[in-house]
Amino acid sequence: MALALFSAFESGVIYAIMALGVYLSFRVLDFPDLTVDGSFVTGAAVAAVMILQGYNPFLASTVALLAGFVAGCLTGILHTKGGINPLLSGILMMIALYSINLRIMGKSNIPLLNQQTALDQVEAVWSNVAVLSSWGVVIFMLLVTLSFKLLLDWFLKTEVGLAVRATGNNPKMIRSFAAHTDWLIILGLGVSNAFVAFSGAFIAQLSSFADVGMGIGMIIIGLASVIIGEALFGSKTIGRTTLAVIGGAIVYRIVVSIALRIEFLDAGDMKLITAIIVIIALIVPKVMDDHKVRKMKKKRNAQRLANLQSLSEEKEEHHASS
Amino acid sequence: MLHLEHIHKVFNEGTPDEKIALNQANLTLHKGDFVTIIGSNGAGKSTLMNIISGVHSPDMGKVVIDNREVTVLPEYRRARYIGRVFQDPMAGTAPSMTIEENLSIAYCRSKRRTFKKGVTKRRRDFFQEALQTLHLGLENRLNAKVGLLSGGERQALSLLMATFTEPAILLLDEHTAALDPARAALITNLTKEIVATKELTTLMVTHNMQQALDLGNKLLMMDKGGIIREYDEQEKRNLTVDKLLDEFQKIKGEQLVNDRALLS
Repeated sequence: MALALFSAFESGVIYAIMALGVYLSFRVLDFPDLTVDGSFVTGAAVAAVMILQGYNPFLASTVALLAGFVAGCLTGILHTKGGINPLLSGILMMIALYSINLRIMGKSNIPLLNQQTALDQVEAVWSNVAVLSSWGVVIFMLLVTLSFKLLLDWFLKTEVGLAVRATGNNPKMIRSFAAHTDWLIILGLGVSNAFVAFSGAFIAQLSSFADVGMGIGMIIIGLASVIIGEALFGSKTIGRTTLAVIGGAIVYRIVVSIALRIEFLDAGDMKLITAIIVIIALIVPKVMDDHKVRKMKKKRNAQRLANLQSLSEEKEEHHASS
Repeated sequence: MLHLEHIHKVFNEGTPDEKIALNQANLTLHKGDFVTIIGSNGAGKSTLMNIISGVHSPDMGKVVIDNREVTVLPEYRRARYIGRVFQDPMAGTAPSMTIEENLSIAYCRSKRRTFKKGVTKRRRDFFQEALQTLHLGLENRLNAKVGLLSGGERQALSLLMATFTEPAILLLDEHTAALDPARAALITNLTKEIVATKELTTLMVTHNMQQALDLGNKLLMMDKGGIIREYDEQEKRNLTVDKLLDEFQKIKGEQLVNDRALLS
């Protein structure tokens, strides 16, 4: 059990980078970008193929990041220049990427078991200096994820970043302040998918394989992380929200690993579990809000009734005395 | 400063819904002019604003701002010369961003946006100073999200954001129409103050005749896609709402029961 939770935490930290990307497209740009399902695999595929060919795994991960950036930009171009609906342009890109990913990989699955991945290298370095060798990877990935978080925080506070946020918030307004929303959307989606692909590259290295189907439902996992994170840890400022998204990604992994320990569920049920978690995460806050409003109304109405009653009693007394 | 020549604009051309929004409209604004525009619904006032700001491009005609022809320049490239406040108080600001972030977006209007910090210490001081001129206490709430402000406060902020970079032209599109009378008066006064101190060339559309008479040095009357009457400073000074209504009726030559209701 402890081991399962530990590895859930470990992969959660890596998936968090993907979740940060989804946060950027889904929340900041208000663009439900399904490219994620494809670009996640693109990242994994590029990294796996390059590592297999003997390139430095860190370089491979960086190239994966750039590949994701290009994929995201293409989705943005489909939407802004082609005038295609956001959901549809994402789906089109996702389908196109499926074939492209197969082309990159050459086959549907690349095992990395006997390869030196970035995580292996980190572990090797770490084990020289510390005793708890299994913590090396987690701490390294935590540092990487946190630097992505800080990078995103910084980006969203630059002049360009402010314009990107306004584009998702009120496009009419930002156009009237001399910003070209098309480019901002393309840039935002590019950065978002760069994050996603980078996360895919490290997940491939963590699980020692890249598979053409590993991205299915990734957007939902990203959404789950964002929604759970915001609900649990709050979203008052940008920095707080990005931290919450990381927390959400980790919590999501832990919830899934616990769910999988239930006897009759197996690994194939994971997507169903994810869908159910997202549905619950979407519905519960609404139900709670409704409940709160109704409770308040009830209280107010009771107060009003009491006021009326005391008023009429006063009147009766008045009548009686006169 | 602003020059419109033979502007023609038709919507839904070739369909049963075809509507001629502007018909050979001509307009010239000199530097420092504050022109108010009145006219009944569908007269083409909003289309005129959208043609000037570049939201729509005219089918025919020329738009010249500051001696530059901008007829085909898209909105985002023209916006550096044009400040705009919309009727809807929600339209001019980004609700989930803070006051200082909104101001920073407006501040970057006339320059290239970079990867430098949007809100710096120096800019914050400048924003605070600018917000003080609104007398709403917003200078102490720089980090409040704009979505938490009231409609009047948001519209005041929109007005500030549209004007504090001193655009060549300020467009006000019924910017007090969605506010209650007290707030509308506040925004009207702010408008008067800001336009006067910054000497902005301004075009204001309004449904409120009294407002059209109180503000500005020129008044235009629009109907059916054209400018049917222009009052200069001298004439405008002697105008009253009743005179204006009478004249409107005379020019159109018909009884305007509905329009009278709309215009007053």
